[in-house]
Amino acid sequence: MVLQKKKMTKERFLKAFKRDKYLYLLFLPILIWYIIFCYLPMGGLVIAFQEFSPGLGLFKSKFVGFKWFIQFFGSPFAYRLVRNTVLISLYSLVFGFPVPILFAVCVTELRNTAIRKTVQTVSYLPHFISTVVVVGMIKNFLSMNDGIINNFIALLGGERINFLMDPKYFRTIYVASGVWQSFGYSSIIYIAAIVGIDPSLYESAKIDGITKFKEVWYITVPMIAPTITILFIMQLGRIMSVGFEKVFLLYSPGVYETADVISTYVYRKGIESSEYGFSTAVGLFNSVINFLFVFGANQVCHKLTNTSLW
Amino acid sequence: MILSKKKNDIIGSFSDGAFYALVYVFALVAFFITLYPFVYVLAVSMSGGEAINKGIVWLYPVDISFEGYKQVMFNNKSIWLAYGNTIYYTVVGTVFNIVATVIAAYPLSRTTFSGRRFFNFLIAFVMYFHGGLIPTYLLITNIGLYNSRWVMIIPGLVTSYNVMVCRSAFSAIPDEIMESASIDGANDIHILSRIAIKLITPTLAVITLYYAVSHWNNFFTALLYISDSNLHPLQVLLRRVLIQASSELMDNSTGLEEKLIVSLQVRYVTIVVATLPILAIYPFLQKYFVKGVMLGAVKG
Repeated sequence: MVLQKKKMTKERFLKAFKRDKYLYLLFLPILIWYIIFCYLPMGGLVIAFQEFSPGLGLFKSKFVGFKWFIQFFGSPFAYRLVRNTVLISLYSLVFGFPVPILFAVCVTELRNTAIRKTVQTVSYLPHFISTVVVVGMIKNFLSMNDGIINNFIALLGGERINFLMDPKYFRTIYVASGVWQSFGYSSIIYIAAIVGIDPSLYESAKIDGITKFKEVWYITVPMIAPTITILFIMQLGRIMSVGFEKVFLLYSPGVYETADVISTYVYRKGIESSEYGFSTAVGLFNSVINFLFVFGANQVCHKLTNTSLW
Repeated sequence: MILSKKKNDIIGSFSDGAFYALVYVFALVAFFITLYPFVYVLAVSMSGGEAINKGIVWLYPVDISFEGYKQVMFNNKSIWLAYGNTIYYTVVGTVFNIVATVIAAYPLSRTTFSGRRFFNFLIAFVMYFHGGLIPTYLLITNIGLYNSRWVMIIPGLVTSYNVMVCRSAFSAIPDEIMESASIDGANDIHILSRIAIKLITPTLAVITLYYAVSHWNNFFTALLYISDSNLHPLQVLLRRVLIQASSELMDNSTGLEEKLIVSLQVRYVTIVVATLPILAIYPFLQKYFVKGVMLGAVKG
């Protein structure tokens, strides 16, 4: 009986395999790619628990347990890095999140189609400019001697400010330029949600003689509230993942106090100083926290909407 | 009664007027703020050195001069070398991306494909958790991709997100089409290459664009894995010139004073030269980007 069942599963499997052989053939290279480039590095995370030396390799390096984690959390950097990472995300969320919503409401109220299209198209543009160029513009605009911002301050009779070397400006620069880069593109989804609202709601409101302000407040905002909620939760889930590139390109040793985030620290320790074990441990700590946040956010969204990314 | 309605109307239309004024002001401010940095960069790139030095260029070029363009474009060939590399990585990389994404997504979209659930989990999981910088770095340097053109293409072969978008496009093809093809004796490879792929071209256009933009803008991969400057893409050169203020694109024969003026202009010219192709094709492509957001939204 059991034997027969076993035989049947085997037969079924063979039959399925024969039927799907071309699908397997297609998928095989991708499977291999995923194993090599995504799953092997996950295996490589054991480095976080080793005194890793590239000469000895993964299997012969000495196992040191949680040494690197203890070292990291015992250092003054742990607090600073987590604080900077969280604060940069949090400020980006607080200042960056409402702008696309406000912009979407305004854009959809523009009655002149040509103006509306132009404003919209231009607003997406910064999203497609590379981080290097964006940071290049920021640095040159803020430059002490010949940047436009300081030229303007000087024109008004003010004192030139060394924005890029003063830690107290870093987050402002990062967040403000981040809003500039993303508000237009982020607004697309809200615009679609607003356009999708049933026009009869507005028509009946008009008959009741409601003002435009009230219309936005009592119809538009409640109707796009689900979209807002979902996007807010997803952003909260990314609170521990600050994009490496922009911080890396924008910061300098003088502003590490407010600018250095976990990913840039891992880069310096791992790639520049070759402290593989230690930096892998720090990176792993970040990955795990990230995973928990994103997973949690996804679960909450799932509960709210019965859809999920998973 | 009638009077009070009239009064309400007046208040209403006044308030609506304020509403529209606010809406237009906000939209125009957003428009201006988005566009101004580009306008300013363009203005400085075409101005005369003295005007730049005096800081009187704000909105339009003053004493129009193309000295900066001459230096950046004709003085040495490094920007063209970097340009060529970026075009190479973008074209070859995107072709690889598309082929790989399609052959990943098609099997996963077939409901009969055994192992589908497991493979779907396999590709979704890496969106949430990955090995991180150091293990990946050690892997890539150990398999001989360091300082190879392939490093710009192979490690970023597919993005799980794009595979999922492509998968949903395949899933949306009506079953009858596939069935009739397979009754006619076509195998899966035929169905994919002759029928299915043609039915998802709108999605493919969006994905192509996403991959191409990310290749064009890719800076980090080259920073990590390419030290040979002959292989450097544009973004790495841009970093040296714009952010580290390298003077490599400048004419070395000019005097120090002149150099200071020109150095700013050279940087702005470099921005123009590097972003102009994107700005030029952007208006024609932007509708696909918008579509891309919606593809993702439907999926989510």
